[in-house]
Amino acid sequence: MTLDLDKALASMKQQLSDYCQQQHIDNPIVVGIHSGGVWVANEILEAVPTKEELATLDITFYRDDFTRAGLHPKVGQTNLPAIEDRHVILVDDVLMSGRTIRAAMNEIFDFGRPASITLAILFDLNSHELPIRADIVGEHLSLSEKQRIKLSGPAPLAVSVMETD
Amino acid sequence: MMRSDPRALQLNEQGQLKHFLTLDGLSKEILTEILDRAESFLSMGEQSVKKVPLLRGKTVVNLFFENSTRTRTTFELAAKRLSADVINLNIATSATSKGESLLDTLQNLEAMQSDMFVVRHQDSGAPHFIAEHCAPNVAIINAGDGRHAHPTQAMLDMLTIRRNKGQFEGLKVAIVGDILHSRVARSELHALKTLGVEEVRLVGPKTLVPEFFRDMGANICHDLRAGLEDVDVVVMLRLQKERMAGALLPSESEFYRLYGLTEESLSWAKPDAIVMHPGPINRGVEISSEVADGDQAVILDQVTNGIAVRMAVMSMAMSGQVQAQQVAGEED
Repeated sequence: MTLDLDKALASMKQQLSDYCQQQHIDNPIVVGIHSGGVWVANEILEAVPTKEELATLDITFYRDDFTRAGLHPKVGQTNLPAIEDRHVILVDDVLMSGRTIRAAMNEIFDFGRPASITLAILFDLNSHELPIRADIVGEHLSLSEKQRIKLSGPAPLAVSVMETD
Repeated sequence: MMRSDPRALQLNEQGQLKHFLTLDGLSKEILTEILDRAESFLSMGEQSVKKVPLLRGKTVVNLFFENSTRTRTTFELAAKRLSADVINLNIATSATSKGESLLDTLQNLEAMQSDMFVVRHQDSGAPHFIAEHCAPNVAIINAGDGRHAHPTQAMLDMLTIRRNKGQFEGLKVAIVGDILHSRVARSELHALKTLGVEEVRLVGPKTLVPEFFRDMGANICHDLRAGLEDVDVVVMLRLQKERMAGALLPSESEFYRLYGLTEESLSWAKPDAIVMHPGPINRGVEISSEVADGDQAVILDQVTNGIAVRMAVMSMAMSGQVQAQQVAGEED
């Protein structure tokens, strides 16, 4: 299975631009989730009507599996501006269970109360475990249980499908 | 009774912390991980809700057999910022004074399904004893035991040094004052050596700086000027009057004249040297007010860094416990 990264990114940009216009979202804060989400957010930032710099989120301390797996390694820094009453566009590379997004939203609310959060995802694997859906999706995929998406970056950004045992 | 090696006791099978008893035997990698984790907790200060849900639902018991305001408060704050539930037990006023043995007290606390004990004790080795005898899923954090160790204090000093100096390589560090009674000095020496500073000097009168520290890799100076010459970091220790038995010092004023850190004596160190003190400070006994309140002092940064370091150590030890239990569960 081959994936068309450029096409998915182009689709995200078009949708984002349209969405912001329709919803009257002006100057939102784009937040990438470490690591893949930050890379994707960097690619699509130009399509968003904003003067804000890219914000980043590391959700290590907000994951829901501490009592199962313990601490995960930190992958990056959380760097959010004041988000009180601001529109937020939350960006990640892959939406699977939705647990990462739940953790990310919990962390965002510890910084303040945003006016809205829009979820933008590069690849939606349609395997949700929580009632969390993306507003913007680059491409919907259906993978077998053994397949995983592997994104590498930041430059060049590349994507492949891995077979696991 | 043969006692297990505390260095082995505090790590799980994967080599991660599951207790935090001593810095002796911990690798540079683990010490660096503690500092890196603490650094990420420091940035949490920008959040309007200064709390992360890591230890949500866990119960932390502060078990203080010896008085301490700063250490207990910062441990309590650290646990609360990790969303744990915290109980403070002042043992001096509780069951122990009614004749209950330490082990009975512990078993009662375990029966309350506690997940972590933060232990401060006047006897060296008490946290180690508790770690050996408590239930396998309870993490023990040493908050200072006798003259033995005060590992979180040493690590918060390491974080303060790293944030001010960037790295440890090439640094010269002087630790000044009452080394003999200081658990901070012992832990500090282990940490500084492991993290790779160039030189550690222990400075003070012969009665308060035992010779055996040379075997641990420190240089010993009985003259303050020689001790402070060209150093990057000055760590002043508190004169521990409450631990002194016998005439180790002629008088406090004599000590201040010979070993007190004043603007004059600080000028012997490098111009950008930082001044640290674990607190509480005795102004006019080991440090002058001008220095304690001066630009080179980072004493209040140490307090802030202490919360972050304690959050790091608590979350790492809890994580190590969780993973040890996972392994045990798979083996059943």
